Amino acid sequence: MSALLEVAGVSVSFDGFRAINNLSFEIEEAELRAIIGPNGAGKTTFMDIVTGKTRPNVGKVTWGPNNISLLKRSEAEIARLGIGRKFQRPTVFEDQSVFDNLLMALKKPRNPFAAMLYRRDEDDIARIRALAEEIGLTGALMRRSGELSHGQKQWLEIGMLLAQDPKLLLVDEPAAGMTVGEREHTTRLLRETARTRAVIVVEHDMEFVRQLGCRVTVLHEGSVLAEGSLDYVTNDARVIDVYLGR
Amino acid sequence: MATPPTNPTMSERGRSLVRHRSFLAQPSTIVVMLLLIAFTVSIVSLSEAAGGDISTSLVKTLGKTMCLCLIAVAMDLVWGYCGILSLGHFAFFGLGGYMVGMWIMYARTEAIVVEAARNAPLPPTPQEIRDAIGTQIFGVVGGSDIPPIWAFAHSLPLQLILVVLVPGLLALVFGWLAFRSRVTGVYLSILTQAMTLALSLYLFQNDSGLRGNNGLSGLQNIPGFEEVPQSVVSVAFFVASAVALGAGYLLAAWIVSGKFGSVIRGIRDDEPRVRFLGYQVEHYKLFVFTLTAIIAGIAGALYYPQAGIVNPAEIAPIASIYLAVWVAIGGRGRLYGAIIGAAFVSLLSTWFTGGRAPDIHLGFYTIQWVDWWQVLLGVAFVLVTLFAPKGIGGLVDLLVRPKRQASAGQPAPREAAE
Amino acid sequence: MRKAPRLAGLAPAVLVALAALFWAAGVGAQSEAPPTPVEQILLDNSELIQKSSRRTIGPAIDALASSGLPEAADVLRLWRERELYVRKSDGRFVRAARKGSAYELTNIITGAPMGEASRRDVDQIKPNSGIQAMIGAALVAFQLNDPDPAVRLRALQGIERDPEASHLTGLRAAIGRESDPFVQEAMARAERRLTIQFDEDEAARIAAIMSFAGDLDVSTRATLNPLLATHLAVREKSAPSDANVARTLTPGSDGFSYQAAYEILVNEGLAPKVITAAARDQALIAAIDDGSVAGVKVATLDTREARDAAYLRLADEGKVPHTMTEDEQFALLGNFIFEDVYSQSPAITDATNETIDAINMRVAMYEAADLALDGISLASIYFLAAIGLAITFGVMGVINMAHGEFIMMGAYTGYVIQLFIPDKTLSIIVALPVAFAITFAAGVALERLVIRWLYHRPLETLLATFGVSIALQQLAKNIFGTQARPLTSPDWLGGALVINDALSISYIRIAIFVLSVIFFLVLLFILNKTRLGLEVRSVRQNPRMAAAMGINPDRINMLTFGLGSGIAGIAGVAIGLFAKVTSDLGAGYIVQSFMTVVVGGVGSIFGTLAGATLIGFLQKGIEALNPSNTLAAQTYMIIFIIIFIQFRPKGIFALKGRAAEA
Repeated sequence: MSALLEVAGVSVSFDGFRAINNLSFEIEEAELRAIIGPNGAGKTTFMDIVTGKTRPNVGKVTWGPNNISLLKRSEAEIARLGIGRKFQRPTVFEDQSVFDNLLMALKKPRNPFAAMLYRRDEDDIARIRALAEEIGLTGALMRRSGELSHGQKQWLEIGMLLAQDPKLLLVDEPAAGMTVGEREHTTRLLRETARTRAVIVVEHDMEFVRQLGCRVTVLHEGSVLAEGSLDYVTNDARVIDVYLGR
Repeated sequence: MATPPTNPTMSERGRSLVRHRSFLAQPSTIVVMLLLIAFTVSIVSLSEAAGGDISTSLVKTLGKTMCLCLIAVAMDLVWGYCGILSLGHFAFFGLGGYMVGMWIMYARTEAIVVEAARNAPLPPTPQEIRDAIGTQIFGVVGGSDIPPIWAFAHSLPLQLILVVLVPGLLALVFGWLAFRSRVTGVYLSILTQAMTLALSLYLFQNDSGLRGNNGLSGLQNIPGFEEVPQSVVSVAFFVASAVALGAGYLLAAWIVSGKFGSVIRGIRDDEPRVRFLGYQVEHYKLFVFTLTAIIAGIAGALYYPQAGIVNPAEIAPIASIYLAVWVAIGGRGRLYGAIIGAAFVSLLSTWFTGGRAPDIHLGFYTIQWVDWWQVLLGVAFVLVTLFAPKGIGGLVDLLVRPKRQASAGQPAPREAAE
Repeated sequence: MRKAPRLAGLAPAVLVALAALFWAAGVGAQSEAPPTPVEQILLDNSELIQKSSRRTIGPAIDALASSGLPEAADVLRLWRERELYVRKSDGRFVRAARKGSAYELTNIITGAPMGEASRRDVDQIKPNSGIQAMIGAALVAFQLNDPDPAVRLRALQGIERDPEASHLTGLRAAIGRESDPFVQEAMARAERRLTIQFDEDEAARIAAIMSFAGDLDVSTRATLNPLLATHLAVREKSAPSDANVARTLTPGSDGFSYQAAYEILVNEGLAPKVITAAARDQALIAAIDDGSVAGVKVATLDTREARDAAYLRLADEGKVPHTMTEDEQFALLGNFIFEDVYSQSPAITDATNETIDAINMRVAMYEAADLALDGISLASIYFLAAIGLAITFGVMGVINMAHGEFIMMGAYTGYVIQLFIPDKTLSIIVALPVAFAITFAAGVALERLVIRWLYHRPLETLLATFGVSIALQQLAKNIFGTQARPLTSPDWLGGALVINDALSISYIRIAIFVLSVIFFLVLLFILNKTRLGLEVRSVRQNPRMAAAMGINPDRINMLTFGLGSGIAGIAGVAIGLFAKVTSDLGAGYIVQSFMTVVVGGVGSIFGTLAGATLIGFLQKGIEALNPSNTLAAQTYMIIFIIIFIQFRPKGIFALKGRAAEA
């Protein structure tokens, strides 16, 4: 079984500061993975590299069974290949309704002319309804998403991520600002999703990571410090040193 | 709160709202179209040509205002909806004017030359006619040869194609360069301003082939319609401008109503996010930029025959900034706001600078509006930006919003992300 | 040419005559003074002088010239100007003025009246042009030997203004005697120039020509260029030629049209006249008979071909002369060679070409240096105009469209201060801090009233400050009127530092350069070495963190904006010194200033310096390629910048990483 995403020997530096240092990482199709690490460990930069926002100085990033290199591709192309991203700070289009947000994310041809000539049909509406059901926003479909609570925005963004139907989901701190009940729901949803696709969760909250019950990769100073089950890594001396020890 | 309580009535309403709703059914579109038709019909029926009291010059002013409204709609589309503060759309407007002006000037000069040659003992050769036209048109800049860019000037259809093609291509090339390298925000504004400045400086040269700072003049005399009085010509252009405005408005309303509209508003509010959704942002921006440039070109092509003259000063960067001022005062992010702003400010400006506004006597000083209008406009503009970011169009919200608070009515304008 | 001085000389003569008339009426006849020494010399050589032959006159002129008498020069001049007369009764030389049919006589030196004489009693000495030249040369030698070096120098300048072959001998003689090294140097130069023009010996001329290699004096080029004068000559292909050919002209190329070539053949009588289109049409019109020409309907004559055909028919009928067709003209032209032929011999022209090449080489070098200096001064102007903007735009991320109006305010401040302080130097010294204070205050007011509310909404800031800009511009127009106001620089800034004929720098540009260097250093110091600079940088990088550390970001923003605006005010005073102070003074700089900041890289003073340098040099460079058209230069420069930004969207000094996104 080949890896869905393979990051090999990637380094990137900003003005002399090495944000990512010879990082290698792999994830299978249909795998749930948590990435933890202290501030400045390079978690966000790692996501930036995978999604095409930041270009590494050296290294390879390949995708899918055909080993397509992602390094020369734009953010939009990478997104269309099937990598979806949820940001740390919920970023939804606050000016537009929940429905429009989901509609925009829905997997459809992305070129301007297709968008212009697009007419919503029953199937799409049904799909959006199902998503809204899933993220608990059925009643808020026509509300401006700017009016939503912080937690609801998180949900909406997860919903947009699902609407894209990606093969790999990059989820940055999904549980931030959620109530206990919502967290459970999120955990359930992510585990459910990971049955058919790859999911990478970046999270600070150890309790949340424990609930996910998946392999954990610990980043430190831009490279992988340890990898394994949560129990394994939390017992690793180096991890305790740099991360848990503080 | 994992699953918020669903209100059955809201859900029902939601069900009806998610169905595709034609932009034609939007209240604002209907109201704007009805008002436009009513206004056009009443002006035409009261015009001098129809035996009414409205003077030809007023009809011309109103017709020109219509064209300004049309370019304001284009500006709103590119700025208010797509978040690109272009300070170059008046350049496209001017180019449209130049393109149609070339035909008017050439054809009219040709008619005059041929008429003059009628009395000559020998019928003129084509070369003699060309030479005479060249001398007539370019004598003022010390030339007599017809430059190559006038190659199509003899043909109205070709020049009309150029009205679309020249601004469109310029916008396409410029936009491609700018968007490709991800120049955004104020950088893009400055770059568009630089483009405008470069174009106007170029046109100021005598050897630009477009008569330098003299520009193209006598454009109110439409070839082939010399016998038709100006009162009728002005009404014809007024109606044409109104039709163009209506068509432009409907096109813009259609574009912003659907998913495309969602995407460009998304680009305005959070460009990287749209990118991560898989949309090629550059293509959308380029499309909107080019389309609005073409609309601007068409507006210019209708405007300048009513104004009578087009020269490089019209293209100066300041004009494009005024365009942004109109849209901002009218209320950006809503198409009718652009129309209100352009009409309100440009008509007010005509009134104040035309010397018709009454002076204010303060005893120690007399405020003459010809001198003080610009100051007032500048200050008003600062105040609008600070205290009424929704512009005049925001007033409409005050009237309409309370009744439809829960619905997903007009999108409120929001400042573009940094 | 020669008439003017003679007419001018008449006026004093008439005056003298009138004075003499009054004298004679009042005092009556007076005994005449005996001949002065100089008159004696004339009398001694009377015969030679009256004979007036070029071959024999030499000793007479020499006698005068070598007499050492100061009046000799005046006498020579009179002689040359044909104002010398001889009284037949006693052979004395006198001056004479017409009075009716008689002459009023006066002493040639003192101007004392010497009575009247009838026309028959005096003879005018009329030296011919040869003798006049000889006298002229003697005169020159005379002046070149004057004890006063100033007179010698003036004589030399006179020679250079109006050189003649006859000067050469005197000049050469004078060089040896010259004691003043400066004058001697000037004489030597003049001698070489005269040698080039008049010496009979070709080798001497060539040596003189070559000696000027690398000389930048404009008059040198004026001396050399005529040597390369050419005239157009035409000859048959078969005819041999020994002419010194500059270049062969091919009809139909190099701006030498077929028509022009054929015209020359016609003028030389080598080809028949061609019937022009106008003449053809005239002939056709003349031959119109009942709506047709030679059987062709007039209405069909609306192409060139039809008219040619009709003319041919007329010619066939013998009513008009045949014309040569274009093919025949071409064929004829093919038989001839057109050449630009030098008037001078090949040795001379070769030497001249070589020398001029050497001169041009040096001139080009200095022009390049001049261009570089131009570039530097334009760069310093852009730097001055843009540096304030770089602070507000770069450091604070605030775009201030009213920046140009702050420049304008600075310039008007200078103007107003000059109304109160007439002393130019003092007024400028006062104006600089006052302009800074005023625009600093204006900037702070703008920041407090408008910009503060719009942070993080850059596009709205742009528009709001634009509103301020149009209001301020109109306000200035209302206060100061639309015409340009003078902001005069002190006299000591008026001149230019002249290095040589090809290179000079005006002091005002040096001053502006110095000012921008000072600005650069001061700002560098403020931003990098002072507490304020530290706080500014920390607020820029992370306002919240800065606030947490006890820095008041509000205060810092206010001060930074004030600083940027204040600098605009000082820049305004500087720019006002050479530009017209009008209400749109600043608006003319705003786009260039933004480009300077953007091209250089936002947020870096070094970037602004680099941007200003690039834009300044670029604009001057493009202007140098097409000097007649500065508008085109600006157009191309902007296009270049648009393309430049494609490759370096963040400018030359780009910030990288997270800071760039702040």
